[in-house]
Amino acid sequence: MVWKIFLFLLMAGVIIAAFIFPAPQQQIGDASRIFYFHVPQAWVGVVAFVVSLIASIRYLRKGKIIDDDRARVAAGLGLLFTILATVSGSIYAKATWGAYWNWDPRQTSILMLLLIYGAYFALRSAIEVETKRARLSAVYAIFAFITVPFLVFIIPRMMLSLHPSDTVISSSGSPLGTSYAAAIFFSSLIAFTGLFFWINNLALRICIVERRMLEESDQ
Amino acid sequence: MPKSSIGLMAKALAVWRKDIRCEFRTRYAVNAIMLFGVTTLVVVSFAVGQKNLLPEVYSALFWIIIFFSAMSGLAHIFVREEESKTATVLRLTSDTTPIYLGKLGYNVVLLALLQIVIAPLFLLLTDATLYDPALFIVIVILGSIGLAGATTLIAAIISRASVKGALFAVLSFPILLPLLIGVINATTKALSASGGGFSGSSSELQLLVSYAVVMITASLLLFEFVWEEE
Repeated sequence: MVWKIFLFLLMAGVIIAAFIFPAPQQQIGDASRIFYFHVPQAWVGVVAFVVSLIASIRYLRKGKIIDDDRARVAAGLGLLFTILATVSGSIYAKATWGAYWNWDPRQTSILMLLLIYGAYFALRSAIEVETKRARLSAVYAIFAFITVPFLVFIIPRMMLSLHPSDTVISSSGSPLGTSYAAAIFFSSLIAFTGLFFWINNLALRICIVERRMLEESDQ
Repeated sequence: MPKSSIGLMAKALAVWRKDIRCEFRTRYAVNAIMLFGVTTLVVVSFAVGQKNLLPEVYSALFWIIIFFSAMSGLAHIFVREEESKTATVLRLTSDTTPIYLGKLGYNVVLLALLQIVIAPLFLLLTDATLYDPALFIVIVILGSIGLAGATTLIAAIISRASVKGALFAVLSFPILLPLLIGVINATTKALSASGGGFSGSSSELQLLVSYAVVMITASLLLFEFVWEEE
């Protein structure tokens, strides 16, 4: 309970601070405030997909149905946060690059993530037998995840990217250079990660309760 | 004869030979894939055949034709086993890895037949100029191996799902996206005068080779979980 209140206060604080303090990158202006939300959303998306991947591998090794629930719940949340990151990224792209969609390598790779997990849920809905569904979707999730390095590391080197991920980490105009911006950013990162694990935990508990109710009605 | 007394490749070859023989009794997959390819090619040629377009456009059109033709036929290899109820017999008589390799080989042959028909026709029926034939052939071969390597496991997955038709393309597209970006970039270079030959497209060729190796290796590891009945 305590940490839920803490999370609420932290999230509210991050939202207020993101708008009160000066924009993190002066040359871009107010549009750069989206940095406080877009990066944590994309980060949570990746964390969720990794959680889903680990659960899928565990399912194939151990065969416990709870791991399939874990994989499905995390993949659903990953999809949600990836959509949020795509939308916030597009708004930033419109403000700085001039169009919502430019086929920047980063946009290509996030679109592929959306397609993979869209296909993952399409596959799940097409199989009725539970164990078969769990097995096949776990195989697909692992197989699809293997292609991600190609899009994240290889394709961006073949094409020019305007995505400011390099400037954030290295250059002198980095928004993380100023202390208040770094504080807001890392608070936001913690808040979003906490939010993900909270929702994930809730959804998983609902899954377990539903499964138990189903068992009781069978008896 | 006990299972282990013949080698892996010999078993894979036996599965492959059986599939080729089955195919040429009905010619279902060959007909589907060829007719789909030729029809799409005719539509493309009708629409843009007389126009002098950029090499980028030609290379994208060519791979769109190949991708969707492949989607119409490559799943058949596993769907047929489920539909004719022969999958269980195959499970009993052979280990899993040779089955994957045999089916992969069959799909590579199917794609090779498609490319042998479509690639020359495409160059004839459109205004695309081929500046580097050797590079083009290498790209087509690597692209086909990658395409077959990634989609054979997907075919095995969807053959066990209840809705088979549209799911194959939906599941395959995101996985094939890195391959498609690579082959389309490389084909553009083979079709343009300033492409730079093999050295100019070395990064794309590396991508195609590594993609095929990674996808086939992953398929070999994962195929067992798709194929074995629990």
